[in-house]
Amino acid sequence: MSVRLSSCLRLVSLGLAAAGMAHAAYADDDARGPRLPLLPKYQQECTACHLAYPPGMLPAASWQRLMNNLPRHFGTDASLDAATIKELSTWLGAHAGTYKRVREEPAQDRITRSAWFLRKHDEVSSAAWKLPAVKSASNCAACHTRADQGDFSERNIRIPR
Amino acid sequence: MKPIDLSRFAAVAMALTCAAIAPSVHAATPAELLAGYTAQAAAPAVPARGQQLFTTTHGREWSCSSCHGAAPTQTGKHASTGKPIDALAPAFSPQRFTDAAKTEKWFRRNCNDVMGRECNAAEKADVLAWLMTLKP
Repeated sequence: MSVRLSSCLRLVSLGLAAAGMAHAAYADDDARGPRLPLLPKYQQECTACHLAYPPGMLPAASWQRLMNNLPRHFGTDASLDAATIKELSTWLGAHAGTYKRVREEPAQDRITRSAWFLRKHDEVSSAAWKLPAVKSASNCAACHTRADQGDFSERNIRIPR
Repeated sequence: MKPIDLSRFAAVAMALTCAAIAPSVHAATPAELLAGYTAQAAAPAVPARGQQLFTTTHGREWSCSSCHGAAPTQTGKHASTGKPIDALAPAFSPQRFTDAAKTEKWFRRNCNDVMGRECNAAEKADVLAWLMTLKP
C-alpha cells in the first residue's frame, strides 16, 4: 500500500470515528432516534437487489435466520462469502429491533408479515398494492419516497397512480 | 430539526478521494476476464452459444433475460423486486466485468437461480463473449 493511500485511509478512519461520536451524541434525543447510519457493506450488498431495510425492523433471531440462509433467500440465491456474512450478521445482531412491537418474529421472517407492518398499512387499498409501480409490499420506496434514506414518515408518502 | 452531520460528509468525501487514488485490487477488463475463462475451459468461446444460454430457460422459471432483458444493452428489471438493473453488456455499462470477484459472485448466484447449478468456465466464457459483441 502506498504511503499516500495509507495516510489517506487514516484520515478517513478519523473522520468516521468523529462521525460515530456525533451520532451517539444525539441518538438519545429522540426515542425513535435518527436514522441509523447503514454499514457500507450492508448497503452495498443488499441494495444490489432491494432497499437496504433498516435493521430495527426485524428482531435479531429473524436476521440471523436470513443471514444463515442467503443461498435460499426468498426464492433466489443471495449467497455471500463467509467474511461478509460474518460482518453483516454481527452488525445486524447489534442493531436488530428490540422495541416491543418488533420483538415478535414475523412469519417467514418477512418484515411485511409483522403485526406492526400490517396495522400501519391497513388503510392502503388492495388496488394500490397491485399497481405495477408497487408490485410487492417489499417495495417500500414505491410510496415512501425517502425510504432509501431510512425515512418512513407519513409526510413523505406518495402513493403512485 | 436534526443537526447536519458534517463529519460524515467529510469522511465520505475523503473515502471517495482515496478510491480515486487507489483503484480496486480486483480491477480487470472484460477481455482479461474472458481470457481467464477461456483458458480454464481450454476451448475458444462461442458467442452464439452464450446468447442461447442467456435468453432461454433451463428447467426453471427464470432465464438470465428475465432480469437483464433479452437485449442486455438496456436497463433491466429484477424479476421479483422490480429494482432497475444497469445494462449488462460492457459497452453500455463500463463498470461491468471489471471486478473478478464480483463477476464470480454474480455468475454463481444467477446460474444457480436459472439452472440450479453453477456455470462452468466454458459457459461463462460463452456468455461474456456474447455480451462483448453487443455494441452501440
